Amino acid sequence: MPLLQVENMTHYFGGLRAVHNFNLEIEPGQIRALIGPNGAGKTTIFNLITGIYTPTEGRIMLNGQNIVGLQPHEIASRGLGRTFQNLCLWRHMTVLEHVMMARYARLTYGLVGAFFGTAKRNREEAASEAKAMELLDLMDIAHLADQTVVNLPYGAQRRVEMARALASEPKILFLDEPTVGMTPEELDQMLEIIRTVHQDMGLAIYLIEHRLKIVMELCEKIQTLVFGEVIAEGTPEEIQNNPKVIEAYLGKEAVH
Amino acid sequence: MVEKNGASPGNPPKRFPRLRSFLGDIPLLAWLVGGLISVLIEQQIGDSLATFLGLPKIPVLFGCMLAMKEPLLLPGALAYVMVIYGLTIVLIGKITARPFNQLATKMMQWPIAIAVALHLVVLYAIMHVWSDFSLYRELTLKLTLIAIMLTLSLNIINGYMGEFSCSHPGFMALGAYGASAVMVLFFVNDRLFGDALLPEFLGPFFFPLALILGGIAAALGALLIAIPSFKTRGDYLAIISLAFMFIVKSLFENLQFLGGARGIKGQPDLANLPTVFIWMVICVWVINNFVRSTMGKALNAVRDDEMAAEAMTVDTRRTKMVAFLFAAFWAGVAGGLFAHTIRFINPNTFGVQRLAELLAMVYFGGLNSVYGSIVGAVSLNLLGEMLRPLALFKWIIIPLMLILIMIYRPTGLVAFKEFDVRKLIQPKRKPEKEV
Repeated sequence: MPLLQVENMTHYFGGLRAVHNFNLEIEPGQIRALIGPNGAGKTTIFNLITGIYTPTEGRIMLNGQNIVGLQPHEIASRGLGRTFQNLCLWRHMTVLEHVMMARYARLTYGLVGAFFGTAKRNREEAASEAKAMELLDLMDIAHLADQTVVNLPYGAQRRVEMARALASEPKILFLDEPTVGMTPEELDQMLEIIRTVHQDMGLAIYLIEHRLKIVMELCEKIQTLVFGEVIAEGTPEEIQNNPKVIEAYLGKEAVH
Repeated sequence: MVEKNGASPGNPPKRFPRLRSFLGDIPLLAWLVGGLISVLIEQQIGDSLATFLGLPKIPVLFGCMLAMKEPLLLPGALAYVMVIYGLTIVLIGKITARPFNQLATKMMQWPIAIAVALHLVVLYAIMHVWSDFSLYRELTLKLTLIAIMLTLSLNIINGYMGEFSCSHPGFMALGAYGASAVMVLFFVNDRLFGDALLPEFLGPFFFPLALILGGIAAALGALLIAIPSFKTRGDYLAIISLAFMFIVKSLFENLQFLGGARGIKGQPDLANLPTVFIWMVICVWVINNFVRSTMGKALNAVRDDEMAAEAMTVDTRRTKMVAFLFAAFWAGVAGGLFAHTIRFINPNTFGVQRLAELLAMVYFGGLNSVYGSIVGAVSLNLLGEMLRPLALFKWIIIPLMLILIMIYRPTGLVAFKEFDVRKLIQPKRKPEKEV
């Protein structure tokens, strides 16, 4: 059974058809990518699967359960972690608080613990902090744990987001353009992180990316989205040589 | 935890470095003991010192009122305050800094509750001796403690959650009327409710229950606002909560069995200083616990980026509802205490003026911070009393100060600072010279 299965997902914004008949299957431990020109609807697909929008039609199964209509936080706590294209960090919170926050759904001490500072709460918060520090270590930003995120350089902020997404212990990770705006050096480090996450934690990864080079390096299978429709699907080589893809990216003239 | 390097680029340079290094090694307990001794000295020699300085009587609120009524007495009043409070506290703090630092080092190994209790006892003793001097001092002090509760609970909504709620006077009214109605019904022979139903000696035992009942009434009122307004973010809450405040006010104006526009008077005199102090401490403790837990910090996450909070498994709707009801509950409890302190309430007490006062305290003191709420409530409340002789001009000076604060420190005096009791009572060393 695939980990994530999307069947015939269609979504309208008013009269505009943003996504049409989208299908996706991700097996545990697989890396797949979604590419496409600006405005093709890539982020919309992420937002549909993660529950920020509810699709007009179609079925989304996570671990064999239908997740259409669930709140985003419910979907997230069922094992779907994500990062955002334009860094959605909490500007007044420290790095450590960010990562601990993603373990919210795992806390069981309830309001009594929160109000009266019970022993159970202290235990759970301590465990949560230890886990968070572990992840910060993995991302190589443990020394920044007490810093407010707005003081950090861009690359470090990206790592915070990554650590935060991993802290909820997802089974599948959605990365929305994880390398956008990075220097070549930062980019190499990010690739390394994605590989580590994939291999050591055995996570399935679904990734939106603009730079074909990265996609080619990382992914087993790629989908190309244009105007809300998948026009090509296949291995990196197949996609690279697909005339429809070249047309979408470069225009008709270039196909010769 | 990671060591914080002292001069990180984010921290602004500290002002008054010499004063800081002079006073920096005095632990909190030494300050408190200094304060206690200074109020004891005032009790003993205050009268003769005042006569000696040519003052008609002991300055009630740090000499401010006296100086304003008769400006010629300003030097005398200033000297009095400096000698009794300033010099004594600094001197004793400085002398006892070393032993109290050793004690503080030991205290860090005890259970935190004992160390905190010790500090609170000394703090209460200061308040008790200070307010023993006159009823006016006691009333001002009690109202200040209640203001801390109100400001802190409003800070949960307007600071930690980042919404703008105007309904706090409404919650206060629900709590005040709830608690008053219960207490007057059961324990007072009253025109409104008839004879007392229970013997008077049970009053002190019922009083906490009545306060909690008032708090629950306020929380139920909050639920009415929360359901429609937390479906979306933005200005809705401000408008709905403002409407709620007016609805509550006119509701009590028209409920004849609760006294209508004349209100309820003659509440039993149960909100004495220790009671108010204990409730204030519980309130600060519980709220501080809440905002420092991951569940409480979820409020900050919701404020800073709600979509990200959702994606990180935070149940944002529940978080907002809980915080809103929680804040309303404490406003209700504070309202009940307020009613029993003044011992007279009417709907007009809980109008726009009260709202302005509360908002001023929150924004003056600092958003998202327990320290800030305490600073804001104490300073604006005392200032309001001190400037009383200026009558109408008071309402020019205080708003002017607010404007200045908003220009120079837009988030308030002590914003975004965590209230860590351990850090507060730990032994202090001289701050190292900054390189």
